[in-house]
Amino acid sequence: MSTTVVRLAAAGDAPGSGVFSVAAATTSAPALALDGICLSFGGIRALRDISFDVAPGEIRAIIGPNGAGKSSLVNVISGLYRADAGTVQIAGQAFARMPASRLAKIGVARTFQNLALFPGLTAAQNIASGLAFRRRSGLLAQVLGLSAARSESAREDEEVREIAAFLGIGGVLDRLVSTLPYGVQKQVDLARALVAEPNLLMLDEPMAGLTVTEKAEMAAHIRAVRDRTGLAIILIEHDIGVVMELSDRIAVLDHGVKIADGTPVEIRRDPEVIRAYLGAEAA
Amino acid sequence: MSLSADVPVAPPRVNLRALGLLALLAVAVLVVPVIASPYVIEAILLPFLALSLAGLGLNLLTGYGGQVSLGSAAFMAVGAFAAYNFQLRLGVSLPLAIVLAAATAAAIGVVFGLPSLRLRGFYLAVSTLAAQFFVQWALTKFSWFSNDSASGVVAAPRLTVASLDLDAPQGRYLFALTLVVGITFLVHRIVGSRAGVNLIAVRDDETAAKVIGVPVLRTKLVAFAISSAIIGVAGVIWAYAYLRTVEPAGFNLDRSFQVLFIIIIGGLATIRGAFLGAALIVVFPLLLARTSSFAFEGLVDAGVLKLVERVVLGLVIILFLIAEPNGLSAILGRATARLRAVLRRG
Ligand SMILES: Nc1ncnc2c1ncn2[C@@H]1O[C@H](COP(=O)(O)OP(=O)(O)O)[C@@H](O)[C@H]1O
Ligand SMILES: [Mg+2]
Repeated sequence: MSTTVVRLAAAGDAPGSGVFSVAAATTSAPALALDGICLSFGGIRALRDISFDVAPGEIRAIIGPNGAGKSSLVNVISGLYRADAGTVQIAGQAFARMPASRLAKIGVARTFQNLALFPGLTAAQNIASGLAFRRRSGLLAQVLGLSAARSESAREDEEVREIAAFLGIGGVLDRLVSTLPYGVQKQVDLARALVAEPNLLMLDEPMAGLTVTEKAEMAAHIRAVRDRTGLAIILIEHDIGVVMELSDRIAVLDHGVKIADGTPVEIRRDPEVIRAYLGAEAA
Repeated sequence: MSLSADVPVAPPRVNLRALGLLALLAVAVLVVPVIASPYVIEAILLPFLALSLAGLGLNLLTGYGGQVSLGSAAFMAVGAFAAYNFQLRLGVSLPLAIVLAAATAAAIGVVFGLPSLRLRGFYLAVSTLAAQFFVQWALTKFSWFSNDSASGVVAAPRLTVASLDLDAPQGRYLFALTLVVGITFLVHRIVGSRAGVNLIAVRDDETAAKVIGVPVLRTKLVAFAISSAIIGVAGVIWAYAYLRTVEPAGFNLDRSFQVLFIIIIGGLATIRGAFLGAALIVVFPLLLARTSSFAFEGLVDAGVLKLVERVVLGLVIILFLIAEPNGLSAILGRATARLRAVLRRG
């Protein structure tokens, strides 16, 4: 466990690409800044002029009723959806369109609302896939079993074991992920994102479908990761209790509009939120 | 004696499996050439080896990579004709011709794999038909490929490697076996490597793979390249060792479907599946012919038999899709597990 702590503590400055890590280290630029993001699907305006930022080391919740546009926002940041207008800035770098295939290199990792694991792979292979972005050895080196490829794999395996031990899933690494209970799969999904040692982690409903105990465990993990690595976290979550307890700041979306933004205390008092969101939740 | 506690004991299961494979290989190399009649080699073993290899190549792309292809026969044709022309026109040795043929098939495979960057599933399958029809058309249309032979059919060159004459049935069998065993080992290495893991990741969830940084485009194109190269070598075996002629006719859509059926019946995303499926596809028609000639004593003519063969094969495929989507490989897996349990108890 102690090695885990050391590695995770050193994680903040190792997002793969040197350029970005320098920018992140030398300025106090926000981990993420959105400016005027608009997105529509045909007639549906999923996001309207959303501006939003996440400070390094911050747990930033996004709440709102179903269909509010939370997942769409994360998809825009991931480069899976292309915003009609607005910019995304990550560690000081501005993008009109996020390149999804370079996301990991930029130091951003995410989980998916509906599990997006690879069912045909073991838990360990799923997690190791989170390191594919920085892999150097090519196919030939791997097939021939050259020492560079072998030591790279061994290093990856070690990192996978560390993160798995940290999340308490070390015992299931060799199991096919599709045979694992849902709650464990959620942890594997988190491990696959964390193993890349991102600067920004986006969690789309990481506790949906979990039991009360599993939720508490997941919340503890999220907090522990932040405390140890100082990464910034975007947390989409419906459980208000968890959100209030975990987050530093909360943004509230409703019908694609950001209707409130502030600390948990401010959000709890906001009449707009009580009317639109808490009302909708009750309905 | 005190040392023995420190020696790590390898799990016996792995040893059993490796031993079994080794025994199989020993039989295939040492025993089969001695006892198998020329008929068994030419009618069963050679097509079995060629189709197993084609199935193996397709399984890499379709079973492991999730990219459905109906162009297998086209890549077999490319391999066969490329090897023939490299030997004819550059006078290269057979081994070099095979390497160049594999490279040619890989290059053409990448070209026809480009649509996979945009298309999936059914649409991709249809687009690979383009490879099937284009290659067959080109080989028939331009007689240059067949060295301007009037019939479009050319005799394959004699099978010689260095000063070794492999033209007899035994020699052709060993030639095919060597290629198949070598490439199978290579595929085994590939699917066990990180690149093989990437391939499965792309198959299982392309979006997630892309977002976490798996090189999706490269993975797909490399899969097309390697798969086509392997299928190309299968084409060389088919033409050089089995048919002993190089001709476009046999590399038609039927053949492509046959290779696809082989991996569906045998088991997608398994190595042994290609061999099990090919064995069934090769042996089944022969068994059917034997049975019918035994039961009806020649009352059933060849045309009807061919038809029966197709219908029954179609039913078998449907049966597998419904009852055992994981194919013969899964059935074999259960059988060996049961056997192992019995042995352990006994
Ligand atoms: N790919 C898509 N195509 C069409 N409409 C979409 C798509 N993704 C999201 N939407 C729509 O955008 C709105 C916001 O959805 P979403 O971001 O999933 O909300 P949330 O995650 O807050 O529940 C919804 O009206 C949804 O139907
Ligand atoms: Mg959502």
